[in-house]
Amino acid sequence: MNVNFREYKMGSRFFALALGGSMTITLLLPSFDIASVSATDIAMDKQLWAGHETGFSLDDPLLLGWHKPVKALIKTDPKTGQAMEPTSVYVYEKGAPFPGGILHPDNLGVVSKKLSLEVGRIAEASNKDGAVFLVSSNDQKQYFIENATATRGWTPEDTLKAAGDENVSHAGAGKTYFVREGCWWCHTLLPEQTQDWQVFGAPPMLGDFNGESPTAFGSDRKAPDLLHVGSRNASREWMMLHFFNPRLVQPHSIMPRFDYMWGPVDAKGVKIDYAKWRAEYNEYTEGKRVTPPEVPMYASNSEIRSLIDFVLTMK
Amino acid sequence: MLKYLLAKNEDIPAGSSAIYFGFSAIIWFVLGTGLGAFNASKLAFPDFVTGLEFVSFGHMRQVHVHAVIFGWISMAFAMAMMYITPALGNTKLWSEKLGIWNAFLWNVGLSLGLTVLWMGMTSGREYSDFPWFIDLYIAGFMALPLGINVWMTIINRRTQGIYTTNWFFAAATFMLIIVFIVGNLPEFFHLTGLTEAYLTWWFAHNVLGLWITPVAAAIAYYTIPKVTGNPLYSHRIGHLHFWSVVVFYSTPAAHHLMSAPLPEWLKSFASVEGVLILVPAIAFVSNILLTMQGKWNMFVENLEVRFTVTGCLMAIPLNMQGGFQQTRAINWYIHGTGWIVAHAHLALLGFSTFLEAAAVYLGLQTIMKRKLYSLTLGNVHFWMLLIGFTTYWVSMTIAGLIQGAGKIYEVPYIDVVIAEHPYMIARWIGGSMVFVGNCLWLYNMWMTARLGTLIPAGRMPHELAYER
Ligand code: HEC
Ligand code: HEM
Ligand code: HEM
Repeated sequence: MNVNFREYKMGSRFFALALGGSMTITLLLPSFDIASVSATDIAMDKQLWAGHETGFSLDDPLLLGWHKPVKALIKTDPKTGQAMEPTSVYVYEKGAPFPGGILHPDNLGVVSKKLSLEVGRIAEASNKDGAVFLVSSNDQKQYFIENATATRGWTPEDTLKAAGDENVSHAGAGKTYFVREGCWWCHTLLPEQTQDWQVFGAPPMLGDFNGESPTAFGSDRKAPDLLHVGSRNASREWMMLHFFNPRLVQPHSIMPRFDYMWGPVDAKGVKIDYAKWRAEYNEYTEGKRVTPPEVPMYASNSEIRSLIDFVLTMK
Repeated sequence: MLKYLLAKNEDIPAGSSAIYFGFSAIIWFVLGTGLGAFNASKLAFPDFVTGLEFVSFGHMRQVHVHAVIFGWISMAFAMAMMYITPALGNTKLWSEKLGIWNAFLWNVGLSLGLTVLWMGMTSGREYSDFPWFIDLYIAGFMALPLGINVWMTIINRRTQGIYTTNWFFAAATFMLIIVFIVGNLPEFFHLTGLTEAYLTWWFAHNVLGLWITPVAAAIAYYTIPKVTGNPLYSHRIGHLHFWSVVVFYSTPAAHHLMSAPLPEWLKSFASVEGVLILVPAIAFVSNILLTMQGKWNMFVENLEVRFTVTGCLMAIPLNMQGGFQQTRAINWYIHGTGWIVAHAHLALLGFSTFLEAAAVYLGLQTIMKRKLYSLTLGNVHFWMLLIGFTTYWVSMTIAGLIQGAGKIYEVPYIDVVIAEHPYMIARWIGGSMVFVGNCLWLYNMWMTARLGTLIPAGRMPHELAYER
């Protein structure tokens, strides 16, 4: 073999230098900065309700919302049954993988890591038994994650029972559907630092993303930013109509219909007749009907329930 | 073609893998632009085919993007490498068999990847949407074999020096593999938060900057001198182009995230480096246009030259636009609007596609030793692409400016959606023209393979008169 790369030795070295130098500046140096960012309470909340991963992962390869935690509001102590201040808890049932902050506490930043390990006892949380977490703070307003299973003896089962279905939010599964259905091709999750304050709310801070995967900021905005949509519009009914067919509430919308996320049956277990609904809706748009057909109430284990939970969690 | 998968390397006619890659690329081009037109119709008429998960916009958009980037653009690149690299080294391709397998595995992997994306199995990271097992497949079974073939052919060349095009090919295939592996680290090791967001755009930016841009340019460095018969205007400028791509284009990834809370120094740095990308851009455009000296008649008369020079000319507004849209002063206005979509298509459907189309036209005619079946169809294809693309670009740019105005004056969002509607329809019409043009191209190329006039040995396709 006639290897006459020799005269290109210098070239190859310079090439390695240039590419290596570029990667040092654009990857290594920023990684120090980004790694030193401490998680805010927003980031802790977000990663605890979203769980380990809301894109593709082996725990949920088809993005069907498998092995996701839930966020619940409890008003009684799950262990003793006594009334208490309404508290948000994050329930990881057996097998639901923990988020980045629990698996790699370094992710939380120095102070939160120390508090989470020493006061919150997160290292004792076990994937095999499941766990219940809280975002707690000490008297200096330093936030940390608390493993309530260890500190207060709350088991996932008791906690879910104490909350009841209406106080449980499947936002983690909902975020998974948000990724799967490509909502982020139209909606961003990043109010811009320059001019979005008034309508879409405050842009996020440096530490608001620790542990979130994927961040799904979105780069093409064809629709309102959704990072704080829950504080603009908290109506479940509106969301329900809007997802079934956006043109019911907003005639000029270009958002696709997500009626298929209702699944085969409605809340009462009655089969949903989509063909009939669409035919009636077409009559309505042609002016042959005065009112559009009724939107079926979704079943509590339908995908749309989780998606709406997610949208309303985005405060 | 498939019969060669199991043949001995010596028994495979030279150029087979280029033909295989070339026709695959055209087919993906037809599919990809068809999907694009379908998506565009949904943004114009949201109730066109509705209520089914698998035809919803959110499931189809990324399939379009990946079909055109990894099917059309990248396979056209591979096709070009399969015939240009040996031609410039005055030798044969190192292994036709590897090339055939490469094209086969490419089609298999891409079909699989697009299917899983379509089903919604996505990492949720723009441009690196493929789940990690597909990313590994792309790096190991698509990019690596291509690289090996290119590197080995260059090492075994029978010329003293290495021509500019081959430098670019060798470096870009290497950089593609690095970008794939490093850019997908968040998926392999579950990196989260801003690290994930930043690496997503590091990947996206570098796939564009270290793969698509340099390889497209490298192709033009071959086609223009080859067809016009003029030597490249300046090898020095070629070197300047090469080094400035590696140094400047690999750094401004953060300019895609100007409004995200990344470290401020990183954004400022990216913004400055982004303007410096004008160095390779100007080097490239001036080098090609100066090479055309004395042969400008071919811009009108010759299809390949017309494609290449048009692509080159489009690189001027593209890079001007790029350089200024990423400064903080401008970016806040147009970020996230249709303006960027227009820029993206000016880059990929304008600049890069036109250069690759020329290479595929030239390459297929040369290797099959058959003159293009119909010049008329070729011309129609050119004008359908150019007019269709221009309609697309103008309408999306206007839509983007409307969105930008709506954004800063805080107009209720729905009014922006209403105002954009006519431009969405225009984009759909423009895009559909591109799609129809491509269908004609596929037909034309197929007929060329079967019925094109035979080209005598030692002749270039354009030296023969057209019969149709
Ligand atoms: C084709 C683009 C597109 C896709 C995909 C899309 N939307 Fe929308 N969405 C819009 C547009 C346009 C509006 C504004 C008009 C309206 O209210 O319908 C909107 C409005 C909304 C609103 C109300 C926002 C507000 O400020 O009140 C919510 C919530 C929403 N979408 C959620 C979603 C979710 C969740 C998904 C994914 C399942 C999704 N959208 C997918 C285009 C889209
Ligand atoms: C001087 C040269 C260039 C500069 C400075 C530049 C800059 C930028 C910037 C800043 C963006 C993001 C804008 C935003 O989202 O706010 C962008 C988007 C894009 N650029 Fe360029 N660009 C240049 C040339 C090119 C070239 C040569 C190509 C490809 C061949 C290209 C392809 C793209 C694509 C595809 C996008 C869309 C990314 C997305 O999905 O958001 N650009 N460019
Ligand atoms: C080879 C040709 C093409 C290439 C390489 C290409 C590439 C791309 C890329 C990179 C994007 C992402 C843009 C971004 O995020 O900023 C995109 C989006 C899109 N493309 Fe294409 N495209 C091509 C042809 C077409 C055609 C012919 C159409 C038909 C209208 C089309 C319609 C679309 C649509 C509708 C989107 C979605 C835009 C959005 O989300 O706002 N594309 N394409």
